[in-house]
Amino acid sequence: MISMYSAKVMEHFKNPRNMGEIPNADGVGTVGNPVCGDMMTIYIKVKDDRLADIKFKTFGCGAAIATSSMITELARGKTLKEALEITRKNVADSLDGLPPIKMHCSNLAADGLHAAIEDYYKKKGGNKN
Amino acid sequence: MSMSSHRVYLDYGASKPVDPRVLEAMAPYHMEQFGNPSSSYSFALEGREVLEESRKKVASLIGAKPSEVIFTSGATESINMAIKGVAYRNRTKGTEVLYSAIEHMSSVNVSKYLARQGFTVASIPVDRTGLIDLDALKKAMSEKTLIVSVMYANGEIGTIQPIRRVAEVVHKSGSYLHVDAVAAAGQIPIDVNRDGVDLMSLSSNDLYGPKGVGALYIREGTRIEPFIHGGGQERGLRSGTENLPGIVGMAKAAEVILPEMASESPRLAVLRDRLIDGALKTIKEAHLNGPQKERLPNNANVRFSYIEGESLILSLDMEGIQVSSGSACTSKTLEPSHVLMAIGLKHEEAHGSLSFTFGKGNTQEDVDYVLGVLPPIVKRLRMMSPLTPKDFTA
Repeated sequence: MISMYSAKVMEHFKNPRNMGEIPNADGVGTVGNPVCGDMMTIYIKVKDDRLADIKFKTFGCGAAIATSSMITELARGKTLKEALEITRKNVADSLDGLPPIKMHCSNLAADGLHAAIEDYYKKKGGNKN
Repeated sequence: MSMSSHRVYLDYGASKPVDPRVLEAMAPYHMEQFGNPSSSYSFALEGREVLEESRKKVASLIGAKPSEVIFTSGATESINMAIKGVAYRNRTKGTEVLYSAIEHMSSVNVSKYLARQGFTVASIPVDRTGLIDLDALKKAMSEKTLIVSVMYANGEIGTIQPIRRVAEVVHKSGSYLHVDAVAAAGQIPIDVNRDGVDLMSLSSNDLYGPKGVGALYIREGTRIEPFIHGGGQERGLRSGTENLPGIVGMAKAAEVILPEMASESPRLAVLRDRLIDGALKTIKEAHLNGPQKERLPNNANVRFSYIEGESLILSLDMEGIQVSSGSACTSKTLEPSHVLMAIGLKHEEAHGSLSFTFGKGNTQEDVDYVLGVLPPIVKRLRMMSPLTPKDFTA
């Protein structure tokens, strides 16, 4: 089958890693919106400043689902600082690239992860008070 | 990467294979009878005869006189010629150009082009099923309206328009009615005189003819400006040496499809209804786009809540099924289908819509295969989607 996507994108689309929700997640980040056609929510569990667990839920095209899946693989086990350094480009490169038209609209996973970590920091800050 | 040995093509609206009888009819005009119909020796004169025979066959498909049919390079050219040609030729009458909100992008973009050239352009809304709002059309019409474009039937959501009633409204203002019949021709009976059509655009490939050829019907007496100037072929309206193999192919396709429509269209309507009924019955929150009746026999369009069309297409493609989607992710412009937006769908509803268009190669087994494969695909994508309600169970 000839695809507009790399074999790696298709593989992640077919067998997405870490799909689902984390009940009582320490941080939740939602980016994109259904109007654009791509929306994802990243859930994280933090232990000793590391991402002990990460899951996603995504509405969107093949690229949106594959990048969500990939970010969970890239980020799991990393420290929060390391995770914040993961870029959109890292995600696309790890998937052997994305079609140019998908680089902006569907490559949201890094943003979703960063939003989830920010949410974690915000909640943590709130708990201290 | 294919995971399936099945191949179920359900995108005949996007492209059709050429009928073998058409290919056979075209064959001699590439290498043997290659004469230019404009030349004067007997070898070429045969070509001229063939050209006029072809015109007759295409005219028969829509109840026109042969002299009212012009061959073009395809429906896009026909649509450009019809709208621009009438607008420019009749400028002394006024500046208004109207089109229905669910016209093909070529009618939409030609009209937008004319707006940039100083014409007054407006689109006429449609209802939830895609039917043109005749009252809105009446209100928009004036003595200054030059041309109104309303498609005979919409290839994406299947809506068949009441063209005759549209024509009555349009003609009250002495305006011309242009009808894009690309999706309707060969599917339902068309008669330009019964329907009151002034100009009609046709595509060869949509009749199982070759690509790169089309026709424009221009009612006798219609004032129209040519845009392709040259040797004066096609009554001076469309210069350029005639694409005789293509024209012969389109004519053969029209000749073949006209009598076969009576049995083929009801056959496709059965497949269409089986797919629609099956999908709506087995999949929760699946909804029909477009009308239940007055629908093209070869079109089904279903939207699935909470999921997106491109991931549906990818998943179906892995099972050997080819369909189209209204999703932004499958368009060049990254905008969802303007047709689905015009019938009042929300963005996320348009994104999650699939268009199935049936054709000659499809069987009941195809539909049953799709109905077997589709529900688990929808279920899987819904499980992944953050839009799926927590208490939703497929």
